Amino acid sequence: MKGEKFINPSRIPSIWCPGCGNGIILHSVLTAVEELNYSKEDIIFVSGIGCSSRSSTYTVFDNIHTLHGRAIPIATAVKLVRPEKKVIVMTGDGDSLAIGGNHIIHAARRNIDLTVIIFNNSIYGMTGGQFSPLTPSGKRATTSQFGNIENQFDAMKLLKGAGATYLARIGTYFFTQMTKYIKTALQHDGFGVVEAITQCPVYYGRLNKMATPSDMLLWQKDNLVFKDRISQEKQEGMDEKLLIGEFANENTPSYLQKRKALLERI
Amino acid sequence: MNKTVDIIQGAEACAKGAIKAGLSFFAGYPITPSTEIAEMLSVLLTKEKKVFMQMEDEIASIVSIVGASLAGAKAMTATSGPGFSLMQEGIGYACMTEAPIVICNVMRGGPSTGDPTKGSQGDVMQARWGTHGDHAMIVLCPDSVEEMYYQTINAFNLAEKYRNPVILLTDETITHMREKVTIDFDQPVTLVERKRPVITTDKPYLPYGTFDDEVSIIGNLGDGYGTSITGMTHKEDGFQSPIPKIGEPLIKRLSRKIEKHADELFEIEQINPTAKTLIITYGATSRTAKSIIHHGRDDIGLIRLKTLFPLSDETLIQATKNADRIIVAEMNLGQIYLETKRALACTSKPIELLSKVGGALITPNEMLQYIEGVK
Amino acid sequence: MKAKNIVINSKRCKRCGLCVTICPKHVYSQNEADEVVIDHLDQCIVCMMCQNVCPDFAIEVEKENE
Repeated sequence: MKGEKFINPSRIPSIWCPGCGNGIILHSVLTAVEELNYSKEDIIFVSGIGCSSRSSTYTVFDNIHTLHGRAIPIATAVKLVRPEKKVIVMTGDGDSLAIGGNHIIHAARRNIDLTVIIFNNSIYGMTGGQFSPLTPSGKRATTSQFGNIENQFDAMKLLKGAGATYLARIGTYFFTQMTKYIKTALQHDGFGVVEAITQCPVYYGRLNKMATPSDMLLWQKDNLVFKDRISQEKQEGMDEKLLIGEFANENTPSYLQKRKALLERI
Repeated sequence: MNKTVDIIQGAEACAKGAIKAGLSFFAGYPITPSTEIAEMLSVLLTKEKKVFMQMEDEIASIVSIVGASLAGAKAMTATSGPGFSLMQEGIGYACMTEAPIVICNVMRGGPSTGDPTKGSQGDVMQARWGTHGDHAMIVLCPDSVEEMYYQTINAFNLAEKYRNPVILLTDETITHMREKVTIDFDQPVTLVERKRPVITTDKPYLPYGTFDDEVSIIGNLGDGYGTSITGMTHKEDGFQSPIPKIGEPLIKRLSRKIEKHADELFEIEQINPTAKTLIITYGATSRTAKSIIHHGRDDIGLIRLKTLFPLSDETLIQATKNADRIIVAEMNLGQIYLETKRALACTSKPIELLSKVGGALITPNEMLQYIEGVK
Repeated sequence: MKAKNIVINSKRCKRCGLCVTICPKHVYSQNEADEVVIDHLDQCIVCMMCQNVCPDFAIEVEKENE
């Protein structure tokens, strides 16, 4: 099947729990890479720490599993040293928006040429189920056992404000659209982010009464709404973090393009 | 030889040394008193079409130079105390992944925000042990603007050879001072490059299982060999492993690859080696010791540590064997003093500490009065 | 379009049941050991939802040649 040739067979089955959606995202990224005719040598995978970030280690590409929150500055450096390569960041909601929050907004501001896949399972999975900046209000986690009273980021709005030029949100239920958005992000010059909502049945699901992977996937089908299929008023009347689709697709000079112009000028 | 006689700043010597060594990626965040290094490199690197990045903080700076290094660049950052503290996790990541990097820490008054515009030697132990876990560190300490140039080049060479971070530990005094140098900036220098793997089709490539004197031979990210890198304890193919039988030899090798070369790495300068009273010091404080010796005190000897770590106990024991009185002089509350006591414990020689903190250098008068016992 | 064959790699399959739930034609079920069983290969319409939803590269749907 598509994408499979980029999996290192000696490293799977993965550590992900049965039904965890992370493998679906990995499959989608690898499918996108194959459909765009990239070869093994064209790609460098960079990941942080967390369940999301184990994804890079299952592949045959040059891959670097870094520190919690720091995948993006490392990917920035790798891209600047090897600008001819496609650098893909695999990160999570905690990795990119909590500890890594500062780095992602500056990378967006720089419009640095990277493709960032945020595995949004709305929880900290690897450490056992604590709440994240994307855990919805009222939901239970091991550190919000009476219900989360914190607000959440809308990552699309946050990153748009920071200057990201390609933004899309999707869910693991929607494999075909997810692959399509990832392909667009890969071909985008500048900072491209795909936030992929994914299921964590063992922690998020179990703590919030959606204990089976199927329950969580069907929740996506019933609750996530493609933004271009409903009116503006309806969008503003609902929890906008449930909207999926493309939120930005701008063609402004990327960091590498500006750097090239600078070097020609001096 | 075409030596240039010039008066330049320590920071400039460092920047020029880095360029000479082949620096192709600098990432940093401004912090007094290291900022001049970044400012100079922002011009020098851009003119050479190499990469200068001012990152959003010191954490981004240190991790990005690790990434750049693992992608094949010679990479460096420059910082001071508070930034050095922020960088510790990233430094450990470079140790575990065997990434050659150079960190210039320009020591200033601490702890915390301290005194940004004054020198100190308070980060010595932090340079050795700042990052968590067992690891080795190479720490160099220049005492003049001219030596900044050569030790910066040396730092890059050692980083490439041992695939480890090398800390160029200087201070505000040496970095901000301007003094005469006689350097031929065009003269070629010997540069060390990291070893490259030989990829064959008959056996799989093991980035952490192919060695040269226990230093891993790792493909650069982007070479397309399928190099797999992680900060977790890992197997020879680079895949993480929690098994103690895998982790223990790895952790030991990462330290041993450097510690076993302590005798060659530990460099000292000796003046009046047979003197009965010896001062052991380093960096800016050496200038004070050299000053009193050069003003006619052949009865006082100096052991100047050019390398702080790894410290060769044997070298120190040999160098102090004639002395009756050993005084460690430093601008902290006794960091190399404790190391000296440890190294010379078997000799039972008494070791004294002449310490000064707060930002002012130990003056020649103060050092002489201490030696003479004058209050 | 019809499926020529569906291969389930039992070493990779984690018995999560996502393929069973997602299939619109009830091709699959799980036995007492939760292993995925192909009940109705002939009902498969090659929508590929099972292959796409499997997190473990454990299902391959082979299309019949036209």
